Amino acid sequence: MSPKKSFLAFFLVCSLGASAAAAPLKVGLVFDVGGRGDKSFNDSAFRGLERAEKELAIKKEYIEPTEAADRENALRQFASGDFDLIIGIGFIFTDDVNRVAKAFPKKHFACVDYAVDPSKTIPGNVVALKFREQESSFLGGVIAALTSKTKKVGFVGGMDVPLIHKFDAGFNAGAKWADPKVKVLVSYAGVTPEAFKDPAKGKEIALSQFDQGADVIYHASGSTGLGVFEAAREKHGLAMGVDSDQYKDAPGFVLTSITKNVDNAVYDVIKRQQAGQFKGGVIELGLKEKGVDYIYDDHNKAMIPAAARAKAEEARKLIVAKKISVPFK
Amino acid sequence: MMKALAREGRWIAISLGITFAVLVLSILALRQNPLTVFGLLAERLLLKPYGLGQMLYKATTLIFTGLGCALAFRCGLFNIGAEGQLYAGAFLMAVVAPHLPLPMILLIPACLAIAALGGGLWGLVPGWLKAKRGAHEVITTMMMNFIALALTNYLISAHFHEPETIHTAELPVAAYLPQLPMESSAVNASLFVAIALAFAVHYFLWSTPLGFELRAVGSNPTAAKTSGVPVDMRIFLILVLSGCLSGLAGINFILGYKHYFEQGFASGAGFMGIAVALVAKNYPIGVIFSALLFAFLSQAGLTVQSVIPRELFEILQGLVILVVVICQNKYGGAE
Repeated sequence: MSPKKSFLAFFLVCSLGASAAAAPLKVGLVFDVGGRGDKSFNDSAFRGLERAEKELAIKKEYIEPTEAADRENALRQFASGDFDLIIGIGFIFTDDVNRVAKAFPKKHFACVDYAVDPSKTIPGNVVALKFREQESSFLGGVIAALTSKTKKVGFVGGMDVPLIHKFDAGFNAGAKWADPKVKVLVSYAGVTPEAFKDPAKGKEIALSQFDQGADVIYHASGSTGLGVFEAAREKHGLAMGVDSDQYKDAPGFVLTSITKNVDNAVYDVIKRQQAGQFKGGVIELGLKEKGVDYIYDDHNKAMIPAAARAKAEEARKLIVAKKISVPFK
Repeated sequence: MMKALAREGRWIAISLGITFAVLVLSILALRQNPLTVFGLLAERLLLKPYGLGQMLYKATTLIFTGLGCALAFRCGLFNIGAEGQLYAGAFLMAVVAPHLPLPMILLIPACLAIAALGGGLWGLVPGWLKAKRGAHEVITTMMMNFIALALTNYLISAHFHEPETIHTAELPVAAYLPQLPMESSAVNASLFVAIALAFAVHYFLWSTPLGFELRAVGSNPTAAKTSGVPVDMRIFLILVLSGCLSGLAGINFILGYKHYFEQGFASGAGFMGIAVALVAKNYPIGVIFSALLFAFLSQAGLTVQSVIPRELFEILQGLVILVVVICQNKYGGAE
């Protein structure tokens, strides 16, 4: 290569590099107060962001606010900067995302678990990511019912709110669908957000359900569930995890975990933004979209009876084909 | 006042200098360029109306709780119940105000009165226990914090929340305090209320006979008693007034910003008030500046979180307090 040519090539490479460096998509993510490190919901969202950084070569920034007024503060900080997509994690961001999205109509926003209010319209530049947790909980109900020897299963909810009723309703319906004779014991840990972080209460409730004859207990209660696992270990019963794979929290006693793939949802919305296919509105993620599922891997394969697995997969097909409609309250 | 300021000047400079030095060293230890970080701070916070507005918003809440704490400390009572008093006042206001069919000119003063009343009620219990039973205010105000937090959490979840949310119904528009025109940041007219209160408290403590009595109770209760001050009644009054001031803190979020009470909306602001008062050496006017300092650190932490872990700015807030305590002992302070 002559010096002139190589200079030209060098120049070309440089300019290509420069244009690629100017292009990367910038994504800002805002957690809820104290959200990071919850080993569940928020951390899952962060995994999605990290995956997008690695695979899609985006640029990421995140903020974890320290007080309520900082949610909007953080969203605005991103929106007024050169960010293309701004994501809020949790239903509590609903109002804040609405306000900031209206102020920055050219920016795109996503909100996980956005609380849809029928009386208000969602701004066109907002995508609401909703999960049909009732569907995966239904499969959990099927597995619990067909694994139970006592034909009694339990449900431990965190805070008594509509979001958790979805898990409750799906689980109940699944258990009854698999075996109408199965009895489901239902308890909630409380009526305040504290109910999501009270392992002592979780253990107390689970012990009482085990004492009443239940042998499989599903929890949808944040870290309160750690108490449920503790009770399962003590009583040699079985527990079911929620949101992320919780097998490691009590190996041998976690039958399966009902997962909510916030990471995939976050990753997908970033991917769509990058491909120029961002579209506002509600995106519902259920079994069909692989937004929710249950864990079936080398750890717990042996614990789930073949009949339970088969029945759960049958239910999955029926739900995806809309032959079963799963209640959500 | 001017003399006091001059005396304090040296130590304020020393504590700020130490804090700044630690900030720069920490940034270097994190392998970041301090200039990049300060550039980011200037760009996003100091040169931007929105960033400045958010800082003033944060300062507003802290002025209220800082004044509540400073008043009690100045009068010799270690009231650490500002957190609970804030929630009590804010909650009472948020649930009562929507039912008041008043025009703006009456509704806003009514809201302020209700918030002060709620905070005052929360100060009244420890005040009564201290005056009548000699119960230590540190214990009682602390316990009142737990009660306020748990009670408001419960009442919101069980009765007062809007469907699918953890906040109360919105207040009528007539109760809205105007926002200041700083790029739709949250800062609002509450800031003026807070500053006016700081001057009012200063006037009250140093220019009225009652204020003199309260301070006398703080410096030497025995002497105060001998000269005929009804000490028990004054202790009671101090804790109630202190509660009223902290109770007003909720207006910043509720009347000026979101217009509803949200669970945990100001978590920590009451405790931060203790630090604000301490750094201001319990001078009401000093509280304004001390609140600005803590608000700056908080907003700065949020602004540069992408390059500096937010914990660093929390450490700096703690450091400011430590340095102030050290300087106070070394240079004798202003007492």
